[in-house]
Amino acid sequence: MTVNELKKIPEFTLLNEGDMNKEITRPFCCDLLSVAMSKAPSGAAWVTIMGNTNALAVSSLTDCACIILAEGTSLDPNVVHKAQVQEITLFETELPIFEASLKVYELLQG
Amino acid sequence: MSDSLKLQYIISDEDFTRAGEASGDVKSKLKMMGVNPDVIRKVSIAMYEGEINMVIHANGGVIDVIITPKDITMILKDKGPGIKDVDLAMQAGYSTASENVRALGFGAGMGLPNMKKYSDEMNIETELGVGTTVTMKVNF
Ligand SMILES: Nc1ncnc2c1ncn2[C@@H]1O[C@H](COP(=O)(O)OP(=O)(O)O)[C@@H](O)[C@H]1O
Ligand SMILES: [Mg+2]
Repeated sequence: MTVNELKKIPEFTLLNEGDMNKEITRPFCCDLLSVAMSKAPSGAAWVTIMGNTNALAVSSLTDCACIILAEGTSLDPNVVHKAQVQEITLFETELPIFEASLKVYELLQG
Repeated sequence: MSDSLKLQYIISDEDFTRAGEASGDVKSKLKMMGVNPDVIRKVSIAMYEGEINMVIHANGGVIDVIITPKDITMILKDKGPGIKDVDLAMQAGYSTASENVRALGFGAGMGLPNMKKYSDEMNIETELGVGTTVTMKVNF
């Protein structure tokens, strides 16, 4: 399943389109950046509340497929712009982390 | 070593928003060189953690990177406060990071353990009040 499929989830709002053809391997939840850095599987749909540019750095270094900012978390002002520059796909949702990951998981299971 | 590539990055003081740019640049260079993705991942994790430490614990510094056909060496040098007890600092979960830094998602005390885990060789030279130099090598 590609990142593009996540557009089907009505609760998700697309903030930035990166490579929408990237394959999603699995949802991954984590808010501690060092833990995410060492544990995020490549191709992860990373669900987090860390709406800052450091999360973008972690996402690109670990080859995440996209970031999903959950819990209606607030974003640092330059995050969307930086995501555009770095071509990172960014979604936003009011859903809690678990529910947001479950949506991805269910879609992955088909 | 004629076919080695030398890179240098200046890591600025307290600039959280730019942290990760140096490791990102090294990552994309290794990718272009066709280095194995698992190795690139190890380098990215190790260097990013080191870069972040320079920003949050040491007011920035300089990173020298030497890439040869066989391996990559990263030398991270700062003029920060130094590390009082390296063995303690190496323990997973140990952190002196401030609340501000924790709010950004850092300060889990996993940086140095990750750097050790993902590099093939790591050496820390540190002196209180003088600074810290962390050298890491990852084999291709
Ligand atoms: N370059 C450095 N200069 C001074 N102290 C450092 C440096 N790197 C690490 N430390 C010390 O070692 C501790 C552990 O580092 P680390 O494992 O990366 O955890 P964290 O960065 O999450 O605190 C830090 O909290 C800090 O006290
Ligand atoms: Mg650290």
